[in-house]
Amino acid sequence: MASIARNIRAARRLPLGVRGVKTSADTTELRQSPSNDSQPFTLKLHEDSFQTYQCETPDLEVQITKGELLQMYSEMQTMRRMEMAADALYKAKLIRGFCHLAIGQEAVSVGLEHGIQKDDRVITGYRCHPFAVLRGGTIKGVLAELLGRQAGMSHGKGGSMHIFTPSFFGGNGIVGAQVPVGAGAAFAQKYKGEKNCTFALYGDGASNQGQVFEAFNMAKLWNLPTIFVCENNKYGMGTPAERSSSNTAYFTRGDKIPGLQVNGMDIIAARRAVEYARKWAVDDDKGPLLLEFVTYRYGGHSMSDPGTTYRTREEVQRMRSTQDPIRGLQRYLEEWGVATEQELKALDKEAKVVVDKAVEEAKASPEPLVKDLWSDIYFKGTEPPVMRGREREEVHRY
Amino acid sequence: MTTARRLVHGLSRKGHPLALSSQRRSNSTKVEPPPAGGHLPGVANSKLLRTTRDTALRTPGISWKDEVSSGLGGRETQKMNTYQAVRDAMAIALTKDETAVVFGEDVGFGGVFRCTMGLAEEFGKERVFNTPLTEQGIAGFGIGMAAMGHTAIAEIQFADYIFPAFDQLVNEAAKYRYRSGGSFDVGRLTIRTPTMAVGHGGLYHSQSPEGFFMGAAGLKVVIPRSPIQAKGLLLGSIRDPNPVIFMEPKILYRSAVEQVPIDDFELPLGKAEILVPGSDLTLVTWGTPVYHCETALHVLNSPSKELESIIPASVRSAKIELIDLRSILPWDMETIVESVNRTGRLVIVHEAGMTAGVGGEIAAEVQKRCFLKLNAPVRRVTGWDIPVGLQYEKFHIPDAIRVVDAVYAADWLSIHDRIVTSVLHGTL
Repeated sequence: MASIARNIRAARRLPLGVRGVKTSADTTELRQSPSNDSQPFTLKLHEDSFQTYQCETPDLEVQITKGELLQMYSEMQTMRRMEMAADALYKAKLIRGFCHLAIGQEAVSVGLEHGIQKDDRVITGYRCHPFAVLRGGTIKGVLAELLGRQAGMSHGKGGSMHIFTPSFFGGNGIVGAQVPVGAGAAFAQKYKGEKNCTFALYGDGASNQGQVFEAFNMAKLWNLPTIFVCENNKYGMGTPAERSSSNTAYFTRGDKIPGLQVNGMDIIAARRAVEYARKWAVDDDKGPLLLEFVTYRYGGHSMSDPGTTYRTREEVQRMRSTQDPIRGLQRYLEEWGVATEQELKALDKEAKVVVDKAVEEAKASPEPLVKDLWSDIYFKGTEPPVMRGREREEVHRY
Repeated sequence: MTTARRLVHGLSRKGHPLALSSQRRSNSTKVEPPPAGGHLPGVANSKLLRTTRDTALRTPGISWKDEVSSGLGGRETQKMNTYQAVRDAMAIALTKDETAVVFGEDVGFGGVFRCTMGLAEEFGKERVFNTPLTEQGIAGFGIGMAAMGHTAIAEIQFADYIFPAFDQLVNEAAKYRYRSGGSFDVGRLTIRTPTMAVGHGGLYHSQSPEGFFMGAAGLKVVIPRSPIQAKGLLLGSIRDPNPVIFMEPKILYRSAVEQVPIDDFELPLGKAEILVPGSDLTLVTWGTPVYHCETALHVLNSPSKELESIIPASVRSAKIELIDLRSILPWDMETIVESVNRTGRLVIVHEAGMTAGVGGEIAAEVQKRCFLKLNAPVRRVTGWDIPVGLQYEKFHIPDAIRVVDAVYAADWLSIHDRIVTSVLHGTL
């Protein structure tokens, strides 16, 4: 383990911007051997997993079960498969328009889901597909939405970025716009006396939007259970963080809101941070907290960005081979005797089968009917008498 | 020379719009300077205001939402100005809907126009609260609350400040339902905002931004003209299952006074109201200019001595139909088209500038739907296509004289008359 850690430390000397936490995926130590699937055992996170701003470091000792680790592995693998399927469908020109993939950032979405409760709310920006699935959606529903089909989670009318479930308030196509919306959702939770919080996610790129700071201020002023989550993948579209932000320590940018920087490539650290944040906002009623997950996207910003004009291929390759969240967890599982290579391979295969099946089902779903273009604009029965298309024949009468 | 011909000439000589309005201006400054508060002489004694209990209870389209609360004599009314009526509507919403909250800049202590006076004391500071100066944040915050099923009544302190929130309103509020395929919506969001000129508001306190929202399908935009209208339409907007931008003409907050029913009632969204029936010309407007139009009708019917010579008898007897559009989105095409098909002439009056204003949209639709019935081109009387300057605001916005001028022109320079005249004189 020590040698791996050293290698990773060397690999970290990349022009990747200022950051204090480790971003390796496999520096957690086993403290106590796992016995069976449901018996919790103890792990110790690396002491550089977190950096704090005006708050205590989370407990580095983590209780976890074999079952949960395997589930995390399987979910990360499935999410990556889904994003790869979206990539292929896009390149086959079946998905049109915009598409932003989260390959490389799986530890954030899956780690978040493992640290929160069912009725907590999540809202995010562009890279939203894994959250939609994990928060109660389906892979078929996401892919069909990207394809613009009736089986899509927004019936094919939203497309990428516009996928919702009852506890997931969607991706969002306007950079940063989801952040005050998340603060409003948290206010409603507090008002209703719900023991829940809202996670409002945004990227390092969106972190400079004015309304993000407006939301910070309101959430702190009114002590709202809002967890602001900056997914720092180090590039806001094609601009490195240090060229867009005067302060790239995003976890310190909430002024009076305490912050926690987290190794976003290690899913166990991610889960720990989310649990910590949830306890902070809900159980301890300490108001908002700012989480920064230091992570990395392997692909470009969107499908039209090759992702290599503003960073080197070597950098991407190095991140993939040394700090990949899935490979990191895989190494844990094998080293700790949680699962054999064969068992993990079987999970990989299962992920592929699940996604392939969803792709076929999504592709088989028909496109929305023309009449569906006119629905969901106003509440049914309160529409204007007519809405116009281009021609007389296209005028829709409600 | 025919009468029509003479009039055309007469107009170019004596009745030039500028000549006409400058005459009026010099008179008004000499005789009766407007008070600093921007008092509108037309509003105080407007016949359109329902100042008795009887007429108030007979407001067209009124829909009662609760039982008679006021004993044997039936429903009661109370004298209120517009800000009191708005406050009354919010108090009812807060009383009946425990998820309802009111927030915005300074609303905790009454708001700059006093619309939320005493609400924080009555309903608690958790339900009526001040926000930071953060319009985009207020809108986004309200959208988030509404997405959670809360009734969010947000105030943007002036309609001019709504532009930082434009993104949230157009890209978030308007599209929430559509982009989620109907699984989410922010129907319980209402944004209240004071709009239109106030006499001395200048660049950022006198704009009328309703037109900017007209293309944002998914939103509704409502502008009331009076206390009863404000209360009924605001309650209708708060309870409408779509996000509504409710623009309150700020000069009417104090100047428009009516007997307002104290019970819970709504007025319908998306419906125009014919205020004065007529058969010769349709005059469509909303908000403050409703009263300029009323004054214009009065001037046309019984012109003062100075104006007598340029307003001929035939124009004086014209029956002009005055319509308050009330909802800008969706706008009541049916009522307007039906009216223009009867009258053959349309004049649209609004305070926003002409280019890409709401009037352009209405005119385009009317010329298509009423083409063969139109006796004259549709005319628009609007603010100038310039920013609202600090000075000369009174001349920037449409006033009664400019409305008179437009009505007169639409009535007498009609294509029909010109063609007939030309044929008679062999010039066509």
